Amino acid sequence: MAGRLKVRVDQDKCQGHARCKSLAPELFNLDEFGNAHEIGDGSVPPGLEDKAWLAQANCPEIAIEVIEE
Amino acid sequence: MSDTARAIPSPAPEMPDHPGARRPARNHQYRTADHVGPAGPQTGKVRAESPVVHTDRFLGCYLPVTYEAVKQIAHDTEHFSSRRVIVRDVRPEITNTAPPITSDPPDHKPAKQLLLPPFTPDAMKKLEPRVRAICNELIDEFISQGKCDAAARYTKHIPVRAIAHMLGIPEKDSDLFIKWIHEILELGIKDDASLMRAVHEMSGYFAVHIEQRKKHRTDDLISTLMDARDKNGQPFSDMHVVGTLRLLLIAGIDTTWSAIGSSLWHLAKTPADRERLVAEPELVPTAVEELLRAYSPVT
Repeated sequence: MAGRLKVRVDQDKCQGHARCKSLAPELFNLDEFGNAHEIGDGSVPPGLEDKAWLAQANCPEIAIEVIEE
Repeated sequence: MSDTARAIPSPAPEMPDHPGARRPARNHQYRTADHVGPAGPQTGKVRAESPVVHTDRFLGCYLPVTYEAVKQIAHDTEHFSSRRVIVRDVRPEITNTAPPITSDPPDHKPAKQLLLPPFTPDAMKKLEPRVRAICNELIDEFISQGKCDAAARYTKHIPVRAIAHMLGIPEKDSDLFIKWIHEILELGIKDDASLMRAVHEMSGYFAVHIEQRKKHRTDDLISTLMDARDKNGQPFSDMHVVGTLRLLLIAGIDTTWSAIGSSLWHLAKTPADRERLVAEPELVPTAVEELLRAYSPVT
């Protein structure tokens, strides 16, 4: 199926700036240590694709991968 | 020296110490009158000429001016270090670090991780009532006059008191913090003695608070930093904790008062934006993001 997206946070790169959580709270969460994780398996629900790309573009550590399936 | 950037020969000469690298544009004067005010036009002109410019000021330094150049340098930790974070007229040996801002890999990550939990969005929400109260107390002091110098009587005091509240140190000491920040970030650009004196005073001040907490832990950020453990289960050294506290005090305060002050200045000279925010307060979060972007306190 074209156009389905998945997001993934690279834990080695994440430094907890939390821009993703701020810009796309539907897709990212912070753990108790302040590091970001994709919610669930990272699948981006229809309609939230722009937020996935926005979060990726705003990550200062280039830690977010957006995968097109 | 000319106040305007001159075009460099094309192709730029290769730099002798850095084979393969081209010499960037020269003698860029980033603190001339042209650069006070909206950054757009002037920065655009400079960017069009070269992604990196050089100035003879501050003992000679390079300044990346495009997004790509800044990004490339920021992520190239193999060739570029963060150990010296302020450009000054003096370049003494580094004796006082302020982790994580002065840290390079592999020390950076653990130093940064130490500070994440106290600054999560949820932790910030818990701080909000006290910060609102601080703002209201300040406004109460001048509301009857109907006007004030907002920078001096309002913005300057908010981050100082908020950080003091977080650290668990007396808010009444805030004039001391303002003095140190002035000595380090303003006088310190030219006068190393002034900077070092302030750094030593700050270190001594925090050492006293750390000693007090060794006897009796308190519910604040200083105790949190003292209780933190690295991945080997070891506490961070007193020197690391003091360095991080100095960083929080200086960086947390200077950037924040600049951002609040610039935002108020924008609203003061742009009545249309001010009236719109009064009429549509739901736009405030967007306005905050945009004001931070347009009047970025860290440049």
